[in-house]
Amino acid sequence: MAAKRHSRRRHARERYLRIVGLSAVAAALGMLGLLVVSLTFLGHSAFVQTMVDVPINLSEELIDRGEPAKGNYRKIVTEGFLNLLPEIQARGERREAGKILSPGARWIIKAAVVANPNLIGTTHTFTLPLADPFDQLHKGVIPRDVPQDQRRVSDNQIAWFDHIAASGRISSPFNWGLFFNADSRFPELAGLAGAIAGSFYALLVCFVISFPVGIAAAVYLEEFAPRSRWTDLIEVNINNLAAVPSVVFGLLGLALLLNFLGMPRSAPLVGGITLALMTLPTIIITTRASLTAVPPSIREAAYGIGASRHQVVLHHVLPLALPGILTGAIIGLARALGETAPLLLIGMNAFITSASGGITDPATALPTQIFIWADSPERGFLARTSAAILVLLGFLVTMNGLAVYLRRRFEWQW
Amino acid sequence: MLLYVFAIILTLTVLAYFHGSRRAASLSAFSDTPLHSRPAYHGAYVAIWAGLPSQVLVLLWVSLETAALDALIAGTLPDAETAALSSSERGLIVSEIKSVARGLIFGEPAPFIVDAAARYGEWQRIAAWCLAASAISLVLLGLAVSQRRITALFRARHRVERVLNGTMVLCSLAAIVTTFGIVISLAFEAFKFFQHVPISEFLFGLSWEPQIAIREDQVAGTGAFGAIPVFAGTFLISAIAMIVAVPVGLMSAVYLSEFARPGFRAIVKPLLEILAGVPTVVYGFFAVLVIAPALKSFGGDIGLPIASNSALAAGLVMGIMIIPFISSLSDDALRAVPQAMREGSLGLGATRAETVLQVLLPAALPGIMGGILLAASRAIGETMIVVMAAGLIATLTLDPLQSVTTVTVQIVTLLTGDTEFDSPKTLAAFALGLTLFVMTLCLNVAALRTVQKYREKYD
Repeated sequence: MAAKRHSRRRHARERYLRIVGLSAVAAALGMLGLLVVSLTFLGHSAFVQTMVDVPINLSEELIDRGEPAKGNYRKIVTEGFLNLLPEIQARGERREAGKILSPGARWIIKAAVVANPNLIGTTHTFTLPLADPFDQLHKGVIPRDVPQDQRRVSDNQIAWFDHIAASGRISSPFNWGLFFNADSRFPELAGLAGAIAGSFYALLVCFVISFPVGIAAAVYLEEFAPRSRWTDLIEVNINNLAAVPSVVFGLLGLALLLNFLGMPRSAPLVGGITLALMTLPTIIITTRASLTAVPPSIREAAYGIGASRHQVVLHHVLPLALPGILTGAIIGLARALGETAPLLLIGMNAFITSASGGITDPATALPTQIFIWADSPERGFLARTSAAILVLLGFLVTMNGLAVYLRRRFEWQW
Repeated sequence: MLLYVFAIILTLTVLAYFHGSRRAASLSAFSDTPLHSRPAYHGAYVAIWAGLPSQVLVLLWVSLETAALDALIAGTLPDAETAALSSSERGLIVSEIKSVARGLIFGEPAPFIVDAAARYGEWQRIAAWCLAASAISLVLLGLAVSQRRITALFRARHRVERVLNGTMVLCSLAAIVTTFGIVISLAFEAFKFFQHVPISEFLFGLSWEPQIAIREDQVAGTGAFGAIPVFAGTFLISAIAMIVAVPVGLMSAVYLSEFARPGFRAIVKPLLEILAGVPTVVYGFFAVLVIAPALKSFGGDIGLPIASNSALAAGLVMGIMIIPFISSLSDDALRAVPQAMREGSLGLGATRAETVLQVLLPAALPGIMGGILLAASRAIGETMIVVMAAGLIATLTLDPLQSVTTVTVQIVTLLTGDTEFDSPKTLAAFALGLTLFVMTLCLNVAALRTVQKYREKYD
């Protein structure tokens, strides 16, 4: 009887451990789910943008044909927009109503006119973005049923907005500006083009440096280096370097690359070099792992037909290990893409309103752009930040998926 | 310009390769002595001689050009304008000249600056042409010299392999050079900092207020650089993270490696690893947006005042980030325990839970400890989560509901403002960076040692 009770207690303890383990797994996965769901919930609305169709009279009185860039676009836009609300006459009300349209609308029209001066003198219907509060109002983020002084749009503005909406001029197309616009102070115009270009250039520099150097180092350590105290030191060093906090690499980039070597601040070149130093250990470690995975028989067969050590490695071992090396490199690059702290220290968090043109121009990167937007007080940036995070995660998933595909498709099972 | 030079050198190098290998091949066709090396090696030999020296020249040139031109242009400035200026003001003038030369004109630059900018642009052009001419003549010189050495008996393969070896050794030194670079640059700046602030005050001072006057006439505190509150905040947040991550990570590892069916494991393990792949800036945003407000309103409900950037919120989210490190390293450690021990325990009649708790966990303990140490090092060095979710003010407290600051937060905030580079405020960031580096280095070495010893035990 006592033995039975004892055994029951032992099995109860087993069940208990099982439940604790399962709930730990569930907690971890639950957090992942909460993360993804809350970001999607916040960010999905930024993938559409509320626009309004406005017929704009590009009269020759306000734009000089000779110099289309110097026209009075502010007046053109305001008049065109207020023509949609003909009943408003008072000056104050006109100004209030003008705030419904994005302040950046005049630049859009200016760019269109400069690109196509034939528009001057005609009336052309433009699809222009609404200002952030009305974008949020249309998406239901700003509630209509709270008192006027607790929301950022007035009752009058809502009435005018509804009047325009009733005429069917409001639309919510997919927000291509999120991908093709550069950063802006106005959330409705801000996009990720500059950040994506900056991240691309930084990763390019990072890849060009860390991939060949990492492979060469790994090949030397794995295939050529004599085992000595010196190579042991290098090995310990690489393992340590892989665990050094990323912010320390930022300090290195700031002190060495920017202040000592005088490289340009905020440039993807400097960011790329810093990221390359961080990625190097990862690439070396994974390359060595894939080199060891090539069986000795391959090497022996190559030696047997008279190949030199270098020929064995370059002609036989390295090509066989390449899929594994590429997988490791892509995973390393994906980590570099998400890295923020070192880029902050070398100034890749500047406010830059044009997409960067090269590796030495100032730029931001995707994660630093997320950081900048997360710090912005405008409500519209909340959704933009989440959307930017979703875009970043999309890139990361693609890269990791590519790595998994490469491994599945090409890796040799010996 | 630089791009063209690179492209020309590259094209010439490729041509040199074909020229060399052709020449060697034709040699073997017309003579009786067989070639020592295959034609491709002769080609590579010529290509190395043609390409390598000029590439090195270009790299050296590019890295030194800016500094040299700056010094030259500073030397030509009229004495009347610069005599009274400090070196940093002179630096500002040089950078203004450079931006004028690039066409970025703000306001009305002084006439001597416009002159200098014109001169600067002229010199840049001259320098670029010099570079192109010397690089290309170096290529041709190398080509001419090396192609004459091609004979049937020439040991081209040995030469090429020696160059390859040298390159590989250089590349493998990159890791050491990086570590040295980190240590030297941090130590150098930290040393400058300790000339302003005594090292004992930094290590043992109880007040951290790096608000130094930026201009001389500004009224501000003299600044206090006692780092104890900063370290305390770092340890508090890391401790919270570890309290979250160690049980969850360890228990999921135990479940996944000992209880779960293979199919479940195959799905859940990669999902858990996604948590490690999420960029930290995303966790930071998540902490600010979801966790901190939730904690705050929960605290409001039960009558506890929780700061909106409390240590608890940052620590919790950091813990979530660290779970996969602990779980995957513990998983490795558990799986490395020999199957015989598992079977022996089960064979003696122990339940699986007893096997796990009394046999496997003790056997795997060194590996698990190593993982925990690595995770702790990562928590201490983690930056973005705390930059976004923790506070800026250094409070010396152990209350997780209050706002504290960390080493990494201070580094980032001290260095992202527009302060002069030589003020104690910016230098303090490097002193903090040095201590951070040393702390994480100790943890990493300890962790790697434990893991390695443990591996040797069972291999």
